[in-house]
Amino acid sequence: MIDSMEAMKVISKARGEAIVVTTMTAKNEWHQASTHRELDFGISGAMSKASSLGFGLALAQPNRKVIIIDGDGSLLMNLGSLVTIANMAPANLIHFVVENGIYRITGGQPTPNSRKVSFSALARDAGYTHSYEFEDPAAFQSKIQNIMEQPGPTFVCLKCPSISERSPHKSPTTSPDSVRKFREMFV
Amino acid sequence: MTTKVSSLFAEKVLAELKKCGITHIVWLPHSENKAMYETVLQDAGITLVPVCREGECIPIAAGLWLGGKNTAIMHQSTGLFEAGDSVRGLALDMQLPLLMLIGARGWPTPGSPPSPYSWNGIDSAATFLEPILDAWGIKHHLVTNENETGQISSAYKEAQSTSRPVAVLIAKE
Repeated sequence: MIDSMEAMKVISKARGEAIVVTTMTAKNEWHQASTHRELDFGISGAMSKASSLGFGLALAQPNRKVIIIDGDGSLLMNLGSLVTIANMAPANLIHFVVENGIYRITGGQPTPNSRKVSFSALARDAGYTHSYEFEDPAAFQSKIQNIMEQPGPTFVCLKCPSISERSPHKSPTTSPDSVRKFREMFV
Repeated sequence: MTTKVSSLFAEKVLAELKKCGITHIVWLPHSENKAMYETVLQDAGITLVPVCREGECIPIAAGLWLGGKNTAIMHQSTGLFEAGDSVRGLALDMQLPLLMLIGARGWPTPGSPPSPYSWNGIDSAATFLEPILDAWGIKHHLVTNENETGQISSAYKEAQSTSRPVAVLIAKE
C-alpha cells in the first residue's frame, strides 16, 4: 500500500507548473505537500465535484497541465464524470484517485463495495487514454514522470491503507476572495 | 411549422448568448432545448460541453470560469433539483457570475398543451421551480417567446454585476 501523504509528496515534486484541484482529505494532505499553493484549488463544498471542476479548468487552459486529486468516495458520487471527461478527452488532464476504501473525512465508514471496485478499469473503459493502478510506492515513483509528460487524459488509482482517523492536516476553506484571486491568473 | 418557429427561437437565443460573449455551454439535453442544441452545434463560436448528469454542469462551468472562460449552463428544471449541492457549494458559496438557462418543464403558457408529466393538470417540476430558486436567493427571468429573449442579456449582466448565479427560465420548446 502507498501512504497517501507520501503520494502527495511524489506528485508535488513532479507537478511543475500544473494546476492542482483537490477535495476532502486529499485537499488537507495536499496543502501540506504543495510548494505552489497559488496554483492549487481546493473544493471545500460540493463533495465529489473535483473531477468536474478540474475538467472545466483543463478545457479552459489546454496548454497547462491540470491535476485532479480525488478520493474513491468522492468519485463514487460522480462516476459519470469519467465518461464526461473521456468524451472531450483533454490531453492535459491527469486524474489521481486515493483509494482507501473508506469515507475518511466522516470517520472511516466503508464505501459501497469497498476494495472490490476497479477504478482503473472503470476509467479505462470510460475512455481515458491511459489508466494505471499502483499499490507499490516504488513502482509509482518510477512511473510518475512518464505520467506527467504523456498526453492524457490519464487516470491513476493509488491503493492506500484504510485509516479511520481523520487526517491531522488542515487546509483553509476556499473563500470567494481566493476564488477571484485564482481566476486573475488566467484573465 | 413548429420546427421552424423553434429554430427561430433558438437562433435568437444563440444571438443573445453571443452578445454576452459566452464561450462554452455546459449542458444536458431536454425537450425545451432540442432546437438550441442543433443550432449551437452548427455554430463554431460556442463550444458545447455535454455531461452525463446535471450536477456536473456547475462544477464544470466553475472550472471553465476559473480558467478565464465565459460560461453558461443549460438543462431542465428537474436537473436543477438534482444539482442542488453544486448550486449551494459552488455557484453560491464561490459567488459565481453564472448564467443558468433552465428549461421550465410543464410551465403553463397560453395555448400550450398540458405537460405529459402532469398529474391532475399540475407538473410538480413547474410548481417547485420558482420557490426553490427563491429559497436560494437566485434571481430569475422568464422567456416564453421569441420577443423575450432579451431577458438573457439582462440576466447575464445581472450575474456579472452581482457576482451571483442568475437563472433564465425557458418556457418554450
